[in-house]
Amino acid sequence: MRKTVIPFGPQHPVLPEPIHLKLTLVDERVVEAIPNLGYVHRGLERLADVRDFHQMIQVVERVCGICSMIHAHCYCMGIEELMAVEVPPRAQFLRVIWSEVHRIQSHLLWLGLFADSFGFESLFMQFWRIREKIMDISESTTGNRVIVSVNVIGGVRRDLSAEQTRWLLTELDWVEEQIQRLQTTMMEDYTVKKRTVGKGVLTAQQAYELGAVGPVARGSGLSQDTRQTSYAAYGELYFEPVVETEGDCYARSKVRFREALASVDLIRRALDKLPAGEVRAKVKSLKPPKGETVMRVEQPRGELLYYFKGSGEKNLDRLRIRTPTFANIPPLLAMLPGVYLSDVPVVTLSIDPCISCTER
Amino acid sequence: MFKMTHNILRNLVVRKSTRRYPFEVREAFDKVRGELVNDIVRCIFCGSCEVRCPSQCIQVDRKAAVWNYDPFACVFCGVCVDICPAKSLSQKTQYLRSVDKRILISMQGELKKKSREKDKEAEKDKPAPVEPEGPAATG
Amino acid sequence: MREEITPVRPADLIGEVAKLKIQGYRLVTLSCTEIDANCIDVLYHFDKDLGLKHLRLTAMKAEPVPSISPVYFAALLIENEIQDFFGLKFQGLVVDFQGMLYLEEEALKTPFCKFSIQTAEKTSAPSIAHAEPAEPPAAAMPGEPAPGEMDS
Repeated sequence: MRKTVIPFGPQHPVLPEPIHLKLTLVDERVVEAIPNLGYVHRGLERLADVRDFHQMIQVVERVCGICSMIHAHCYCMGIEELMAVEVPPRAQFLRVIWSEVHRIQSHLLWLGLFADSFGFESLFMQFWRIREKIMDISESTTGNRVIVSVNVIGGVRRDLSAEQTRWLLTELDWVEEQIQRLQTTMMEDYTVKKRTVGKGVLTAQQAYELGAVGPVARGSGLSQDTRQTSYAAYGELYFEPVVETEGDCYARSKVRFREALASVDLIRRALDKLPAGEVRAKVKSLKPPKGETVMRVEQPRGELLYYFKGSGEKNLDRLRIRTPTFANIPPLLAMLPGVYLSDVPVVTLSIDPCISCTER
Repeated sequence: MFKMTHNILRNLVVRKSTRRYPFEVREAFDKVRGELVNDIVRCIFCGSCEVRCPSQCIQVDRKAAVWNYDPFACVFCGVCVDICPAKSLSQKTQYLRSVDKRILISMQGELKKKSREKDKEAEKDKPAPVEPEGPAATG
Repeated sequence: MREEITPVRPADLIGEVAKLKIQGYRLVTLSCTEIDANCIDVLYHFDKDLGLKHLRLTAMKAEPVPSISPVYFAALLIENEIQDFFGLKFQGLVVDFQGMLYLEEEALKTPFCKFSIQTAEKTSAPSIAHAEPAEPPAAAMPGEPAPGEMDS
């Protein structure tokens, strides 16, 4: 058997961001894949040396454009723990609401891109049309579409008025109805199933050993979701992770589809329980963060981990960001052997790769 | 493919979801963080915006009373608007228009301790800045 | 930190990590911090049923540290990243990118260290790198995993 080595990426029509995979093929099947990173490394972790811990909020938001809110949420939670700041309950709920808004928009973005990766362009446009409404929700409640910049140490910068809450609920009804309308297409369509069922299978055992996180792990039957640790206000909202057991691309897309709908429900419940009061605690008199801690939150792509080390100075000693895609690359390497070359784009996209996130 | 048909048929009869952009512009939401403006008359040149700006796009010369701002380095986070003690900074609801030349804004103000009349005169020439958010909402 | 941190010595590292793997822990990540000109701090984060467990390894920069990638394959990228950014060498890496996962061959300093050590011993001499600038760093990668290791 002759082996062929084919470079996949860094530039490929299906990849929004550059990653290089060196694929070794026998005939048309992949037998081995080796990744190569480093095309979009920006060194954001090192910026903690020159930006103080307040300014770093705006820096960590730019680690990933799609889940900026959740990055800033995690960062603020870590600093708040080091500085022993008590965040008002209303701010906790608002953070959850905006995090879930971001999760819906990220999943809709991914569902569109995924449909595009197997050539279903009209489905891609349908998903992105719904996403536009979510962007409007972001823009009207936080002030920006993607990089929302609402988090500060000690709370949030914006508040929801009663009028906005009512408007939000009607918009959510529309979003939910529209997503459900695409359910039969995404879940039952012959062409979609033909391209996704049985492709890139990852067993639960493999997923756990290779450290898969987020929808990749949940698509393989692991009930593992960092929101179960009840950070922020998740403890007070009834929450259950979405799990599918097949472990293929179809299961992963099903997880994300159902999660988008589950997030709509979570926002509704959070709006319903939203307590009154302050949205921002006073932190001016407190000392800068000292000590070290680890903070984990659930991003749309999976578990996000921040490691903080501060010495009581304005600048943090070390800020380490472990993004979910970084943890999902080893599972991707295990998924690829055995798939046809023509399925590699679909399988690669099924982990929702966010390379700027990965390389920071 | 046939599962998509009912969506396609519906799209033929419902309203378009896109806009003919330059001719039809959606109204901006009233909390949007757009272009940053400084009402230089109220500015006290304290320099707190310069200190807190995450992208270091503002330079304040406290002695000469000059406020320099680079809108192309600005990330429109609105941190400076939040902390401005004199409330001279504000953000419009319109985004900065795209241009083909780099703009650098430099505003010459006056140090405080000036007469009330002068204040009013300067305010007449300038359009009143749009306040995108009340200070009470941000705490 | 809320959870306990167990200090480990480089010699005991593999044993401790293998013990955790048998107990069913999932590797979350490694975080590396520079302490001073000679010492470097590596934290190993593990997770089981949403609870975290940490191991702390304080290593000398000049001495190689045993790699845990034969036990946890997922550690491969993380250890290569630390090798790039901090110049800490790992022994027994499943796929060793030789400090070229993120960096180019021309980069001889470790960018995340305040006290950078010169890593002059990259496989290809800088003169070759200048002669063929179009060659991607992956081509210079010597060690490739055997197919059997990918399944673990």
